[in-house]
Amino acid sequence: MMSKKIVIVGGGPAGTIVANLLAKKLKKEEASITVIDKTGRHVYEPGLLYVTLGDQDPKGIVKDEKDILNKKVKLIVDEATKIDTKKKMVEIRSGDRLDYDYLIIATGARLCPEEVPGLKEAAYHFYTVDEALKLKDALEKFDKGKIVIGVGGVPYKCPPAPAEIACFLDYKLRKRKTRDKVEIHYLSPLPRVFPIESIDPIVNEIFDKEGIKYTTFFNVESVDPERKEVRSLEGETIGYDLLILIPPHRGSKVVEDSGLGDRGGWVPTDRYTLKVKGYDEIYAIGDATDLPISKSGAAAHYEAKVVANNIASEIKGIESQDKYNGKVVCLCDAGNKAIYLNFDYDHPPKPTRPRWVYRLLKLTFNKLYWYTIAKARFL
Amino acid sequence: MSEEPKVDRLIDARNTFCPGPLMELIRAIREAKVGEVIGVLSSDTGSKRDIPLWTSKAGHKLIGIYEKAGYAEIVVQKMK
Ligand SMILES: Cc1cc2nc3c(=O)[nH]c(=O)nc-3n(C[C@H](O)[C@H](O)[C@H](O)COP(=O)(O)OP(=O)(O)OC[C@H]3O[C@@H](n4cnc5c(N)ncnc54)[C@H](O)[C@@H]3O)c2cc1C
Repeated sequence: MMSKKIVIVGGGPAGTIVANLLAKKLKKEEASITVIDKTGRHVYEPGLLYVTLGDQDPKGIVKDEKDILNKKVKLIVDEATKIDTKKKMVEIRSGDRLDYDYLIIATGARLCPEEVPGLKEAAYHFYTVDEALKLKDALEKFDKGKIVIGVGGVPYKCPPAPAEIACFLDYKLRKRKTRDKVEIHYLSPLPRVFPIESIDPIVNEIFDKEGIKYTTFFNVESVDPERKEVRSLEGETIGYDLLILIPPHRGSKVVEDSGLGDRGGWVPTDRYTLKVKGYDEIYAIGDATDLPISKSGAAAHYEAKVVANNIASEIKGIESQDKYNGKVVCLCDAGNKAIYLNFDYDHPPKPTRPRWVYRLLKLTFNKLYWYTIAKARFL
Repeated sequence: MSEEPKVDRLIDARNTFCPGPLMELIRAIREAKVGEVIGVLSSDTGSKRDIPLWTSKAGHKLIGIYEKAGYAEIVVQKMK
């Protein structure tokens, strides 16, 4: 049997977990596994919330990708610039080309602050380590005025994150005893504060109880840095002293440049097989897909399991048709308590009360991630 | 049943969950010219409540909701 070439573009949670699972399932003679990642660094993004609030050293949430990948996986630190589906080949910035028998697109989402006029100059966010540190400094100095929190566009990864930081900030400001001098105002593009309808009443209750103001149906159109105002498509204007606005997201440039994306640059993906629509040997997982589920590390992890099983079985000549059922698990931390959510394509999450044990679970998971999930142990 | 209006752009958002269809409509409204008519196909029942709510808040015109087999076509005109 000829050894198969598996190429994975992107070394975030999706690409890393699928690579490590494949390495465990397949012998060297059966397949070679290569990950192409443009940074060579792996960021545990859920930790960014804690970096922003001063509870986490940024060093603890970034590791070298080569230390996480199974020794059987080859890592190329470079940018994939073109995917040629006819020649079954990926081109990288250095000019090298890699042939594949199986391709897995795990390129995640790209932040595009330039899509909202004024956002780049005026707004803070916490979706990268550098930006989280800038926001941390600004928040430490902020002791009175109005903090406005929102999103620059939809979809964005980790849909609960902006509401989480609103609750977390409320909690921190109370501890600092400056909450009475700070107004927190939350902007939601939707008709409710929380993206998931069944959980909205619980979050709404927290917002009302803690005095977090909110405006719904606020789809950000532009920011005016001079007047310190955000404007919405719906025609409203809201002033701020400190603005936290998650930049709009698009799919990766290589996806767009290779003609593999939809209008947002997301890869059209079969929701069960995770094959890229129209191809039998190309898969997409993680934030890169157009699937109608939360862009989350949890989804990436469950998707990676399905794809690794199906590719390994096919190479071994075993019948296997694992299907992804849309499963996402999520712990939303509100500062002193957390909410646990578990849902899939057919079952929206059941409302649960916020509890401190869920928070403990989240903090424990934040530490265990590197040794369990990322390394594909105990999966 | 009343005659269905002609749309300038039709978005098929069937099999995406709420708020998917609403967000697709918002994106299309951003891109459309004033006066253009946009139809959204949605199989999510929440859309029939949320899209009219949004349309009135944003100052556009709801032309109608047309029931089909297993989904609805919601038609909106961009007014400003
Ligand atoms: C603040 C915050 C909190 C979050 N909290 C949670 C949480 O509590 N739970 C949860 O499940 N999820 C959470 N998430 C979401 C989670 O982090 C992402 O969904 C997850 O990282 C997606 O993994 P991915 O591998 O698909 O994409 P990414 O992590 O974005 O990885 C993509 C990788 O591909 C690389 N890449 C892209 N293009 C190319 C190219 N052309 N060539 C080479 N390499 C390329 C990138 O450099 C990157 O390393 C959170 C996210 C944020 C920002």
